Amino acid sequence: MSLLASNLEKRFGATRAVAGVSFEVRPGAVLGLLGPNGAGKSTTVGMLAGLVRPDAGTVHVEGVRLGTGADPTKARLGLVPQEIALFEDLPARTNLAVFGALYGLSGRRLDARIAAVLELTSLADRAAVPPREFSGGMKRRLNIACALLHEPAILLLDEPTVGIDPQSRNAIFNTIQSLAAAGHTILYTTHYMEEVERLADRIVIIDHGRVLADDTLAALIAAAPTPSLLVLDYAVPPDAAALAEVAALPGIGRVELEGARLEVAAADIGTAAPRVLERLAARGFSCQELTSRRANLEDVFLALTGRTLRDS
Amino acid sequence: MNNTFIAFKALVHKDVLTFLRDRRALVVSVLTPIAIAAFFGLLFGGDNGATVARLPVAVVDEDLSPLSQAIVGDLKSDAALAVEACDSATARERVRSGKISAAIVLPKGFGAAAGDALFGGGAKPTVSLYYDPSQGMARPIVEGLFTEHVMQQATRQLMSGADSPAAAERALERVRTNERLASAARTDLTAVFEAVRQYQAHAAATPAAERPRSGGLTVPFALADLPVASGPRYNGYAHSFAGMSVQFILFMGIDAGVVLLLMRQQGVWRRLRAAPLSRTTLLGSRLIGTTLIALLILTLVYAAAMLVFKVRIAGSVPGFVAVAVSVALLAASTGLMIAALGRSVAATRGLSTFVVLLLVMLGGAWVPSFIFPAWLQRVALFVPTRWAVDGLDAMTWRGQPFAAALAPIAVLLGFAAAFLAVAIWRFDWEAD
Repeated sequence: MSLLASNLEKRFGATRAVAGVSFEVRPGAVLGLLGPNGAGKSTTVGMLAGLVRPDAGTVHVEGVRLGTGADPTKARLGLVPQEIALFEDLPARTNLAVFGALYGLSGRRLDARIAAVLELTSLADRAAVPPREFSGGMKRRLNIACALLHEPAILLLDEPTVGIDPQSRNAIFNTIQSLAAAGHTILYTTHYMEEVERLADRIVIIDHGRVLADDTLAALIAAAPTPSLLVLDYAVPPDAAALAEVAALPGIGRVELEGARLEVAAADIGTAAPRVLERLAARGFSCQELTSRRANLEDVFLALTGRTLRDS
Repeated sequence: MNNTFIAFKALVHKDVLTFLRDRRALVVSVLTPIAIAAFFGLLFGGDNGATVARLPVAVVDEDLSPLSQAIVGDLKSDAALAVEACDSATARERVRSGKISAAIVLPKGFGAAAGDALFGGGAKPTVSLYYDPSQGMARPIVEGLFTEHVMQQATRQLMSGADSPAAAERALERVRTNERLASAARTDLTAVFEAVRQYQAHAAATPAAERPRSGGLTVPFALADLPVASGPRYNGYAHSFAGMSVQFILFMGIDAGVVLLLMRQQGVWRRLRAAPLSRTTLLGSRLIGTTLIALLILTLVYAAAMLVFKVRIAGSVPGFVAVAVSVALLAASTGLMIAALGRSVAATRGLSTFVVLLLVMLGGAWVPSFIFPAWLQRVALFVPTRWAVDGLDAMTWRGQPFAAALAPIAVLLGFAAAFLAVAIWRFDWEAD
């Protein structure tokens, strides 16, 4: 196993930030750690990176128990912090040289690695420019490049796309996919579902410091109580009595009205759709448009926690 | 090369490079102390140490007697005073508005009354001295000089003035008729004034060309002003450069602490801690980086002091270097302590700037500490800046040997070690 977290616990005063988190990441895999703000993701990453000493539990990196401080095992890890953690006034190349030297790189080897990561992140032509003159996306790419210099086996990316435009986000996704293809083990934390849906081989959902689910995307959706949704648009929104009748139908899960749009979770769309349409029509509500979709991670999260990621 | 050494060197290099690339920091840390030290140095005598401005005073002569006119003449020729003559209302207004430091008003009848009161018999005339309370130091200087000139002229008038025989006769008469005088005292004083009359008679009988130039009391010594410094001469800039260097190096130390706080807020510190480096390497490199920057500032400021303002290290050069290194370490450890104790950047910067200004003021960097009250001078001994300024003074214009640097070095390193201990103790390693 590349990275193994076992029963990690951490308290800050009276707050229990992480309460028994366990998961593992296989070599070369991309694990998505998904959870709302304050779920305990950053504290978990802190313990995985050897920054925060767990109150209980252990972290093993390639079979070696991870410590803090000067533990050489930390050199197997590369951390991309959530913040743009760069020296804004020093040129990009100097930033890379400093962060490379922290892992003992110097001379020609350091120069070669700087050239390689600049190439990988498409920043080679901006090497002499300080980050304060970069766009948000370029800063994020340099932020990642700084963690790659010492060729870590495992890359910990803590919400690496916060605050950037879709184009830059795509560029970062491409970089991460290249790294995964090159055999790096990646742990990717985010509160954006679409990011883990696109990147992760396996997803761990975390909230209130606990692991709520740990599986592949397909398995998580398949295990959702209502894996499909009907979306019905009405000219006049159905009233409460009509909604109650729909909710009472067999095979129907959540029923939610937003404006004149009704969302109905259903185990089997084929049988549920005619029943819902018929019942509402009998009540005098005529459907204008009907669509359906498969459940996504948002629905899985909602089913697991009772709230949406965006509400959290 | 050892990995830790590579990392340590890179972190120190990064700190120095960041400072050098920040032009604002360079200007504030190097040019500002030079400019302020130059100004203070000029006030304290410049590079020849002797150019004290004449004290501006007014003299109002309402008496216009020979004695009052002679006193006014003496005051005008005094090298320490810039005397202007005017009326009483004008003099008072010029003191009130701060145009002059003091004004002396010689009242009508002053000449006659002063002569009669010289030996305690007659009523003393009241001379008014208006002074500017914001220039309290000027008052005793003017009082002293005025008293000297009055005593010289009053006794001269008694011995050899135009009115001197009559004045001597009036004095004799008062001695004879003063019932409170003891008999022996009356006899002795009568003999004194008789002797004065004899002197006046001999002087009157002597041809004018052969008479003594003047009689009366004079200051019975000649004062030789000898500045005591080991260099060729005292340089007023030396002290001000010491003070301002210490002040701005401490400011730089604060900035270094605030930058560390910012690094923690911005996640850079988290990234540094993710590397396999010990706390000693991380904090130690910061300490050494800041120390090197402080030494760079000291070098540039003192280079300007020596090249432009003729400040010299008249004492021990190794002593100067050792004091400078101690001051630099003090600034660096102060920065680390601030980073450990500080919370918000703005509050930390504001509070620590206030504390540094207080320390520098108590250290005698702005005004020499000898003008402090005695209790404050004792308090200042517990302030590291006092030892820093004293140490630099000792090695520059005081021209002291290395041994004189040992006490300041010990105190400065002691404070630096204490600040460092607080920083390590209070540093929250898990907070980013």
